[in-house]
Amino acid sequence: MGYRRENGTMGIRNHVIILPLDDLSNAAAEAVAKVIPGTLALPHAFGRLQFGDDLQLTFDTLIGTGMNANVAAVVVIGIEPKWTQRVADGIAKTGKPVAAFSIEGKGDLQVIQEASRVAAMFLQDASGLVREEAEIGDMIMSIKCGESDTTSGLGSCPTTSQAVDRWVEAGGTVFFGETSELTGGEHLIADRCIDDACRNLFQETYDNYIKVIESTGANLLGSQPTQGNIAGGLTTIEEKALGNIAKTGSVPVVGVLKPAQAPDPKKKGLYFMDSSSAAAECVTLMAAGGAVIHLFPTGQGNVIGNPIIPVLKLTANIKTAKSMTEHMDLDVSGLLRYEYDLTKAGDMMMDVIYKTVNGRLCTAEVMGHREFTFTKLYISA
Amino acid sequence: MAITPPQFLLHHDGDNVAVAMMDLEPGTLQGRSVKEGTESTAVLNHAIPLGHKFALTDLAEGDAIIKYGIKVGLASAAIKKGDYIHTHNMRSYRWEASRA
Repeated sequence: MGYRRENGTMGIRNHVIILPLDDLSNAAAEAVAKVIPGTLALPHAFGRLQFGDDLQLTFDTLIGTGMNANVAAVVVIGIEPKWTQRVADGIAKTGKPVAAFSIEGKGDLQVIQEASRVAAMFLQDASGLVREEAEIGDMIMSIKCGESDTTSGLGSCPTTSQAVDRWVEAGGTVFFGETSELTGGEHLIADRCIDDACRNLFQETYDNYIKVIESTGANLLGSQPTQGNIAGGLTTIEEKALGNIAKTGSVPVVGVLKPAQAPDPKKKGLYFMDSSSAAAECVTLMAAGGAVIHLFPTGQGNVIGNPIIPVLKLTANIKTAKSMTEHMDLDVSGLLRYEYDLTKAGDMMMDVIYKTVNGRLCTAEVMGHREFTFTKLYISA
Repeated sequence: MAITPPQFLLHHDGDNVAVAMMDLEPGTLQGRSVKEGTESTAVLNHAIPLGHKFALTDLAEGDAIIKYGIKVGLASAAIKKGDYIHTHNMRSYRWEASRA
């Protein structure tokens, strides 16, 4: 059951968000969310003096977040009116309620008062929306793993793969990404691209990302793989990549998306989104691209959430399942003890997904994990 | 289905590295391959924690380390069958600068 939005998209949450355009507007946005409890402020660190592709990505992230089907209505607050209005206009294309406020010439207190009045109205209206029957074909799921270890490639990622195949076979769309984390297995993804145009775009996207990393000449041990990966037994990027790819199912890759880009709504299936492998950056971009639910396999135990989409965490590491229960939505360690098979693990995963779609909170939502993190392409002016 | 949980798993038959499924002490271990389901025994030379790897064959420096049936790195030192494998004796072949 989900919320049908004005433009036909289907959400599984019903957030009224207070979206700051820039870092300077975080205080006012957070104040509005305090005055009107039940609305959600999304503070972040950027939005000033950015330019070119980097600025465009910030706009795409802000607008995409507002457009997400889990969002019922948006109050945008920025320091000045022009860029604030640009974000509000972008979101308004969905037909959902949007209002824009700017601080210059008024000050925080007047903006907080005006924005709170609108936020109150948006929240009351949103609370009157009723869930209706949702189909998988109406929804986008995203996947990304984190604090992976060797159990990820053996258990939690293959379980996620089951959900990916079932979701796509039911007519749904799935995003995967983590560009650098395909290194050593990128040929496996290229082979799964549906046609030459898709394959060439994938290869070009991958090569461009890796060129930036390799041009630094850096020793990436501790960064990629992370210290957590290494503590969990993963030694090289290639080994980590194959575990990562083990969660992408067996369906073809139908398209390649830029960071935060929404897919063609008429073309369903598995998409690759160019993205960092840093958990919060990646999930933020995927939510901005329209994902309404996220599957997050972990080994050593990641705690990530997102403000607007449920992030379901699963692990096949028995130690993590026992020591971090408040962060785990599914324990599939029994798979590695051969207590059940992969089909059964997939059934268990789908059961958690259905409950979450229907409104049950995931652990990240319960724990208040709302990481909203922008990807920065280069320095600001 | 096996009744006893395997002590180690390898992804594919033919992989030259296996993963500990529990904290392991040196000795002879029972395990299996995930893809083919082949049961096997292996000898471990060092105590290693859950999730860490050990060699199923002798490896010379520069030899490919195979997991998932695919090369995932190179031996950066000679490795004996049963030895613990991690950053001290294995490195990326793609990111040359990434080594301990």
